[in-house]
Amino acid sequence: MKVRVALSVNGESREALVPVHKTLLEVLREDLGLTGTKHGCELGECGTCTVLLDGEPVLSCLALPVETEGCRITTVEGMAEGGRLHPLQQAFAELGAAQCGYCTPGILLTATALLADRPSPTRQEVKDALAGNLCRCTGYTKILDAVELAALRMGRQEART
Amino acid sequence: MTKSDFAVIGQPLPKVDAWAKVVGETKYADDLFLPRMVYGKLLRSSHAHARIRSIDTARARAVPGVYAVITGADLPRVKFGILPVSQDEEALCTEKVRMVGDAVAAVAAVDEETAEQACRLIEVDYEPLPALMSVFDALAHPEVRIHEYGDGPNVHKSVALQFGDVDAALTGADLVREDIFFFEGSNHLPMEQHAAVAHWGSDGKLTLWSSTQTPHYVHRLLAKVLDTPAAHIRVIATPVGGGFGGKTEPFAHEIVACQLSKLTGRPVKIALTREEVFYTHRGRHPVLMWIKTGFTKQGDITGCHLRTWLDGGAYGSYGVASTFYTGVINPVTYKMPVYKFEAARIFTNKPPCGPKRGHGTPQPRFALECQLDKAAEQLGLDPAEMRRRIVAEPFSKTANHLTITTIGLSECIDKVVEASGWREKRARSGVQLEPPSPKKSGIGIACSAYLTGAGTAIYWNDMPHSGVVTRADRSGGVAVLCGATDIGQGSDSVLAYLTAEVLGIEPKDVHVHPADTSLTPVDLGSYSSRVTLMCGMAAIQAAERLRTVIFEAVAQRLEVSPTSLVARERKVGVPDDWDRAVPFAKAVELGEAIHGVLAFPGSYAPPKRAGKYKGGGVGPSPCYSYSACVVELTVDEETGQIDLGNVWIAHDVGRALNPLLVEGQVEGSVYMGIGEALMEEQVFRKNLHKQPSMLEYKSPTTLETPEIHTILVETDDPEGPFGAKEAGQGPLLPVIPAIANAIYHALAIRIDEVPITPDKILKALELKRLGRPARVGPVKLPLFTFKEPIVVESAFGQPADAIVKRPFTR
Repeated sequence: MKVRVALSVNGESREALVPVHKTLLEVLREDLGLTGTKHGCELGECGTCTVLLDGEPVLSCLALPVETEGCRITTVEGMAEGGRLHPLQQAFAELGAAQCGYCTPGILLTATALLADRPSPTRQEVKDALAGNLCRCTGYTKILDAVELAALRMGRQEART
Repeated sequence: MTKSDFAVIGQPLPKVDAWAKVVGETKYADDLFLPRMVYGKLLRSSHAHARIRSIDTARARAVPGVYAVITGADLPRVKFGILPVSQDEEALCTEKVRMVGDAVAAVAAVDEETAEQACRLIEVDYEPLPALMSVFDALAHPEVRIHEYGDGPNVHKSVALQFGDVDAALTGADLVREDIFFFEGSNHLPMEQHAAVAHWGSDGKLTLWSSTQTPHYVHRLLAKVLDTPAAHIRVIATPVGGGFGGKTEPFAHEIVACQLSKLTGRPVKIALTREEVFYTHRGRHPVLMWIKTGFTKQGDITGCHLRTWLDGGAYGSYGVASTFYTGVINPVTYKMPVYKFEAARIFTNKPPCGPKRGHGTPQPRFALECQLDKAAEQLGLDPAEMRRRIVAEPFSKTANHLTITTIGLSECIDKVVEASGWREKRARSGVQLEPPSPKKSGIGIACSAYLTGAGTAIYWNDMPHSGVVTRADRSGGVAVLCGATDIGQGSDSVLAYLTAEVLGIEPKDVHVHPADTSLTPVDLGSYSSRVTLMCGMAAIQAAERLRTVIFEAVAQRLEVSPTSLVARERKVGVPDDWDRAVPFAKAVELGEAIHGVLAFPGSYAPPKRAGKYKGGGVGPSPCYSYSACVVELTVDEETGQIDLGNVWIAHDVGRALNPLLVEGQVEGSVYMGIGEALMEEQVFRKNLHKQPSMLEYKSPTTLETPEIHTILVETDDPEGPFGAKEAGQGPLLPVIPAIANAIYHALAIRIDEVPITPDKILKALELKRLGRPARVGPVKLPLFTFKEPIVVESAFGQPADAIVKRPFTR
């Protein structure tokens, strides 16, 4: 059975006609062309498919679009504003926090939610927040460094405004 | 050259592809959606070992939305395998299946769901055969044959090599130790599941986009298995979302996607599920090891005899190379005057093992480094000082005729000893943390060496291992075409950095076009830590040829000698007269006006240094990297829980072309070693993978990964690009034995097998309480007679050959 879903993705209103059991991950990738969100395990175990629903990290492989109607969905494509990278994106690129890059979108979005909640997290708080996102390349070190750098820069920006 | 002579080399620059990766623009194989594309699925065997009596696809074909259903009968009857000596695989099995997960049929349909539904309707009539699920089983049942080829019933490969008189060396030793170790298998667990998109065009030409580390080898084998000229096949390696060796050979899903595309006239995508990745495998071999080593009172090694038994799984894969690698790299680290090595790879009815980060070497490294620790204790020596004493000589040959160039291992040991506070912490063995805490702390050390690229290709030939074409035009932009595959290690970036350094431009001015067999010169692939060195040397050669022509043209214009010119800051000029320097784009224009199109090749093949004995082709490398690692941890005596506190790792990388990327490789290696040491295992129950999902298969998260302190040591190797050696695999090796040795320091228990899990800790502690040897590990060895060894004189202590002229350097 197909249903029509109306989604708010990265500030845009999008509609799709999809089987009711098709996951948010599949709809984002296959119906809306937002391939920045990745498959990792299809079972909610690796964090690779993380997107934000009203600012909260959610595993899109376990979410159904019908549940997300009326929510603000943010994917990695929605992080940069008007061509300006989000400080997390900037820091991840500068510090080599993305090696193969496959887990990067999910980690960036989880970290976005963390920094919205705790603008100056301790390293342990960053580790706790990212514990559900697996990365097989980096050993996490550069990722933790990049989140800390972004937090620092966002704090400074905040102080200036 | 010193660091200050470089503009780009040594700078902590972002990777050239980092920007696309952080915004989600990078197109991995599964991100490709072509017009009219359909989806393929493989039907996989549920039997570990069975004869195929018949396959009925009629019901599957009748499903609406199904475009094609194929079996092995629809493919050319030709077997394949990554190594020429092990052609034992079929994309779709025709006569029998040898493991759960072997593919037997495939469907192309309008979507994945329909393809899966059709797969379920295919009826396969199997005649079950006994399943051999371990080395012991396979050797005990020679009447059951998994394959009809090899070095004996269920023996894929057996090797025996002896360099010098090992028996005499052991007899003359002050201490001789015999130990048995076991290293469990593990999966690469790349975050990206393998995916491929095939399009067999109406012009009769085939294009395959695939998440592969070796597009060249896939290209060669597609031609064979599809019976189609290689000239009509194009393989494009998409950016790979993690490889670690797991995407280094052609796979059933790639071949099947091509054939389904041919039959349907449409592009076909096949993306594996996570469970399929676990069954596709090619990961770490489980290896059982017996090692006997002689020592003098001072800790020198008099000789070593190593035996290894590899559980190969159902197919050959890289197994012959893996078998050799369990032996040949050991003599590269320490002075080992004589050496004997016997190994056998046994077929079992499990997913095939192959190359995983460190390929065949982490297992014997674990054995040797744990044994050294035991010997140091018996001899009353500090394990760090003992290792430092016996570090191999630079520019010398090993017992097994490998040529060592630079060695920074002594410096690596010194650095980790100093940074970790080794001496002070080592003196406090098994310190209890704040009694009554049940946790005790310990600190351990281990070292290692690894090759910087295999010295021989997997098929013998005299052609370059890496090729580059570098093209400049009047825009001032420079294009670098190279078959290298970026798997996240940063090969695109390294090509850009080296080219920019030679031409005096910015990495951003360089456009790297990688891994497309129709456009790029061949590179053998992203394996054996070969890309930075081999593609790097080729890129430098191409850029220097381009620079020569540009310099000639600028010299004419400025009326100076070409030898007086330098290229830097996007200009070409005479340093003392920099005001007249010509902008790079203008310099290219001058060159183009004289020379025509500016496009230059660079080629690289390693020096030919294979030992003159059968098997001498595995192990030679242009140069070897070295690592030393200290691990500090605590173990809970009540629960067996191990908490890593800090890891200090020093790595001799020759030269850090980009320290940020080298650190990333080292940290990633340490992390992966930790996973293998403490939790990861590819194990089976009732012929099935016990944990084929990311939830059940445990791997370290941010919470299990300790602080990693990375120290880079530079030795400026004469074989490497600007002196660089490898960084992506070697640093994994010492981590695992360093953890085992630290646990011994904490609790005086020996866990002689990995993974080291809490239940093994508790078992060893229980044995200790009972007054029995506090050791958990293997005790039984297979009944197996190795063949008579090939006896060769030891080359230990001979000076390295002078840096020989490499092919293609003119």
